[in-house]
Amino acid sequence: MAERRYEDGILAGRLSPEVYAQNFADLHPALDGHEARVEADRCYFCYDAPCMQACPTSIDIPLFIRQIATGNAIGAAKTIFDQNILGGMCARVCPTETLCEEACVREHAEGKPVQIGRLQRFATDEAMARGKQFYTRAAPTGKRIAVVGAGPAGLACAHRLAMHGHDVTIYEARPKSGGLNEYGIAAYKTPGGFAQAEVDYILSIGGIAVEHGKALGRDFTLAGLAQSHDAVFLAMGLSGVNALRAEGEEAEGVENAVDYISVLRQAEDLAELPVGRRVVVIGGGMTAIDVAVQARLLGAEEVTICYRRGKEHMNASEWEQELAASKGVTIRHWLSPRRVIVQSGRAAGIEMEYTAMVDGRLIGTGETLTLKADQIFKAIGQVFEPAALNGSADVIALENGRIRVDAEGRTSMPKVWAGGDCVLGGEDLTVSAVAQGRDAAESIHRTLTGEGGYIG
Amino acid sequence: MADIRSNFVGIKSPNPFWLASAPPTDKAYNVERAYKAGWGGVVWKTLGEAGPPVVNVNGPRYGAVWGADRRLLGFNNIELITDRDLFVNLAEIKQVKRNWPDRALVVSLMVPCQEEAWKTILPLVEETEADGIELNFGCPHGMNERGMGSAVGQVPEYVEMVVRWCKSHTRMPVITKLTPNITDIRMPARAAHAGGTDAVSLINTINSITSVDLDNFAPEPTIDGRSTHGGYCGPAVKPIALNMVAEIARDPQTRGLPISGIGGITTWRDAAEFLALGAGTVQVCTAAMTYGFKVVAEMIEGLKNWMDENGHATLDDIIGRAVPNVTDWQYLNLNYVTKARINQDLCIKCGRCHIACEDTSHQAITAMVNGVRHFEVLEEECVGCNLCVNVCPVEDCITMVPLAAGEIDRRTGKVVSGDYANWTTHPNNPMKIAAE
Repeated sequence: MAERRYEDGILAGRLSPEVYAQNFADLHPALDGHEARVEADRCYFCYDAPCMQACPTSIDIPLFIRQIATGNAIGAAKTIFDQNILGGMCARVCPTETLCEEACVREHAEGKPVQIGRLQRFATDEAMARGKQFYTRAAPTGKRIAVVGAGPAGLACAHRLAMHGHDVTIYEARPKSGGLNEYGIAAYKTPGGFAQAEVDYILSIGGIAVEHGKALGRDFTLAGLAQSHDAVFLAMGLSGVNALRAEGEEAEGVENAVDYISVLRQAEDLAELPVGRRVVVIGGGMTAIDVAVQARLLGAEEVTICYRRGKEHMNASEWEQELAASKGVTIRHWLSPRRVIVQSGRAAGIEMEYTAMVDGRLIGTGETLTLKADQIFKAIGQVFEPAALNGSADVIALENGRIRVDAEGRTSMPKVWAGGDCVLGGEDLTVSAVAQGRDAAESIHRTLTGEGGYIG
Repeated sequence: MADIRSNFVGIKSPNPFWLASAPPTDKAYNVERAYKAGWGGVVWKTLGEAGPPVVNVNGPRYGAVWGADRRLLGFNNIELITDRDLFVNLAEIKQVKRNWPDRALVVSLMVPCQEEAWKTILPLVEETEADGIELNFGCPHGMNERGMGSAVGQVPEYVEMVVRWCKSHTRMPVITKLTPNITDIRMPARAAHAGGTDAVSLINTINSITSVDLDNFAPEPTIDGRSTHGGYCGPAVKPIALNMVAEIARDPQTRGLPISGIGGITTWRDAAEFLALGAGTVQVCTAAMTYGFKVVAEMIEGLKNWMDENGHATLDDIIGRAVPNVTDWQYLNLNYVTKARINQDLCIKCGRCHIACEDTSHQAITAMVNGVRHFEVLEEECVGCNLCVNVCPVEDCITMVPLAAGEIDRRTGKVVSGDYANWTTHPNNPMKIAAE
């Protein structure tokens, strides 16, 4: 197929097959054994280590790194999985630059932290490649627990419950498990079908049934679940997307970034995925970066992220912003969408208004800028859609549009816990979702059995 | 520019860096490459008596201990003396000395502990016009099982006897190479001195097993599943060698006896330390075997640069300068009080000083102050031990600050005295010398 790099419109096959493969290869190739030992040796084995404090799942990072340094990658993997059964995915997708690696004393000392994420991947890859399972199920308790959503929070919760001997059923609306790991994370961060491999690894503990294509509010009700199970854990994430609130938003070519990424992640052949020649992304978070970078990698000639505030306000980390810049994405600040320019029903451009902060308020200056665009991605945040929830049970208390939970993940409804992006107070991170799922499982276990305790 | 020419027991070399008797000096090809690279001298690999040469194992001869990134920290070998014919070696030695008259060429020897054997080989070596001989009383593997090498070096009477034979049968300077596999290094040094040796060289290698192959339960280096103790050398042995050199340098019975220092010398700084503790030349092996002969360029330039920056014109200005500062524990000044001080600007808050002090020492460093991660020395607990300095990953972040006379040591509550006072006069010493 001839390259169609410079054709206007939203087209597939802009690049040659080899270039797609190259563009979507592993962003951070795995460390080999020697590299891992050298990097591990850089760790100072800090007392009360700041990296560990910064990790939402509190992995004992100095210990697992020391285990790698001494040639015990399997032991390192167990140290990781004890706290975070999705340690493999977190090693790939965690914004380590704002978590453990930001806290690393070597970052403080020399601006070059120990590469904790890559070391974590080294250890977890080794254990998974060797099919090493560390956990077995406790004696059956006879308790049955429903988990809604097979994303990071749901999987972490289900695994910990299964360890404690409970029987778990996960209800997942999508055809595959994994949640955002399968449908949302940028493809180059988790190539090679890793998300499904990890799901299989987690489920292999046994005692967890997954029913795909089952959505809350459509196929079953929360009241029904609560009645037929001893406990329920809600982890369905965010299914709504914020609107642009700009004229012409419904034109062809204006898409939700999360939907596009989901299609991209499931694409058998990236060459068949159409992308615009000139792409504008509205937003300033990780999703904006992910869709912008992937649009470039799919062959878009120009990709511009427009964010309505300044660089310092962007939710995407500095590292992510630099990644985008290195892939040829232009990031423009202080621009707010005003009107999609539509020609023959299709997006042809977008008119942006300059913004400014005046007396602590963001205002439009009246001055505008028009960018040519045949594809426009909305990446201005996802929202929790409570309809399915509230229509199916006693009203669960929400706060700021998400489910309100206490420190243990309990909702206001008896027998119902929640975690992950659908609850208030999370950081919308995989690793936070894992921590919440795990901790809710412990809370459920304590409640159902009267036993305390953490394993690991 | 500093003058680093060396005159060691009459053996002249353009610099004090010699290659030790070892695999790198086994034949003319290697030795000439070493001279080309700048080495001031060479001790030719040990010759044995005429006849069928020794044989070496045909499996691995070397074992290793690695640090990060496979940096070689320690090394051992089970190689024997030269396995080449005596007369091939002698002919090469003669030719090399002729080709390189300005370089030191010393020949290492090891023959059975009989006067006749030494009497036979010495004229053969003399005939090569080599500058001197080194008696190998150190080799700790293989040859010692045959009554040679360290088997001689571990018996001071034998050392003295053989040295005496050599001194009486050759005009060449005699350097006696000592084994460290002994309780008190001063004993063989005194014996060599009594026998009339011109100098001693030390240390030879240390009995060692570098590691064990845990898959096969076989020590390394493994030859067909088994191994033997090899001679340990490389950077790891330097502290042991420095002490042994110093012990001989400050022993009243051997004071002034020339010393050729050996043991883990890798950089100019290592060499300068040996010189400061009394060595007149240094001998190097592992560094060359690790990096090739070119390392001497760094050693030569580094030594000269340090000497220039510190106003040392010749080697005599530095040789032995640290010897008077090596003393017995009982003479250390107990009135000298130091406290660790942490430079908060340099501190990266790793907490290693805290946990080392808290778990294993004196509970004298905080981890948290007013709810904030903060590492600070509690002077009332600090005994000045220096552990925190040694575990701190940041150079000069923690320093030991001496208290001035008149200050109060907050640990003991006592005023620091400016006077020197040691254990010999301390009130707690049951053997104390009565005050005048």
